[in-house]
Amino acid sequence: MTARTAPDPSDDELVLRAKAGELSAFENLVQRHEKRVYSLAWRMLRQEQDAEDVTQQTFLSALEHLDGFRGEAGFATWLLRIAAHAALKTLRKNRGLDMVSLDAATATTEPEEPIPHPEYIADWRQSPAQLVERNETRRLLDEALASLDEKHRLVFLLRDVEGLSVRDTADALGLGEANVKVRLLRARLQLRELLTRTLGDPQSRVGRAPHHHG
Amino acid sequence: MEWSLFMKCEDMLAVLNEYVDSTIDPSICAEFEQHMAGCNPCQVVVDNIRQTITLYKNGQPYELPVRFQEQLYEALRERWKEKFSAK
Repeated sequence: MTARTAPDPSDDELVLRAKAGELSAFENLVQRHEKRVYSLAWRMLRQEQDAEDVTQQTFLSALEHLDGFRGEAGFATWLLRIAAHAALKTLRKNRGLDMVSLDAATATTEPEEPIPHPEYIADWRQSPAQLVERNETRRLLDEALASLDEKHRLVFLLRDVEGLSVRDTADALGLGEANVKVRLLRARLQLRELLTRTLGDPQSRVGRAPHHHG
Repeated sequence: MEWSLFMKCEDMLAVLNEYVDSTIDPSICAEFEQHMAGCNPCQVVVDNIRQTITLYKNGQPYELPVRFQEQLYEALRERWKEKFSAK
């Protein structure tokens, strides 16, 4: 007979226990989410020391404000929101006086630039499942991501990588949903363009699409 | 490559997110699919975008360096003590 193990407690349950003063419950929460927080920080900052600082700030802040966590959006969403703001703050600090870009990252209106049309259109030579196995894929993905404007990158990371809803992404960044959708579309299109230039099969490349008139 | 009577490639961009996320309005979805059936570039773009998202979503997260992990838990324990001994 095998011993029955209790199912893992939910985040909400661990939060309750942590609030009541159980350190191991809090440590369990940190363990569960540390990679997500660190990965988000790393992908935003691309620098180990900064990613570590943001990760530490995030969990210290979570500990500090645990009593204020009401559980509306889920613990992971709450943490990622703290991490996103800490990452933006670090970007601003690194830039010194150049605040324009950060202001743009949290500005509530998107400048009305036209959405860039797909240029390089071709089937990929390999499936995502095959690609994910390859070492060079991570570098390619990181480089493509790094080339995105940070306000587009952050929305893509929260929505498509971390799986937050459009609504939660909007809440986390203090943006409107329409704004999140526009940023997400730009990010997806730009990443598609960059990846397809490397991963696309030139044989299957579709000639200039009918998008490109006038 | 044909132009759909109803929906143009241009219009596709406006509903691309909703289509890929399956949150598109059913009547627009039908029109979109009708357009795609006759438009290879649009099919490929949708395909590429889905693959792009899958690739990022399934990528491995970054591992915390062990040295940092120890430092993190140490810092949290310190702060924990302060927080709960103050109560």
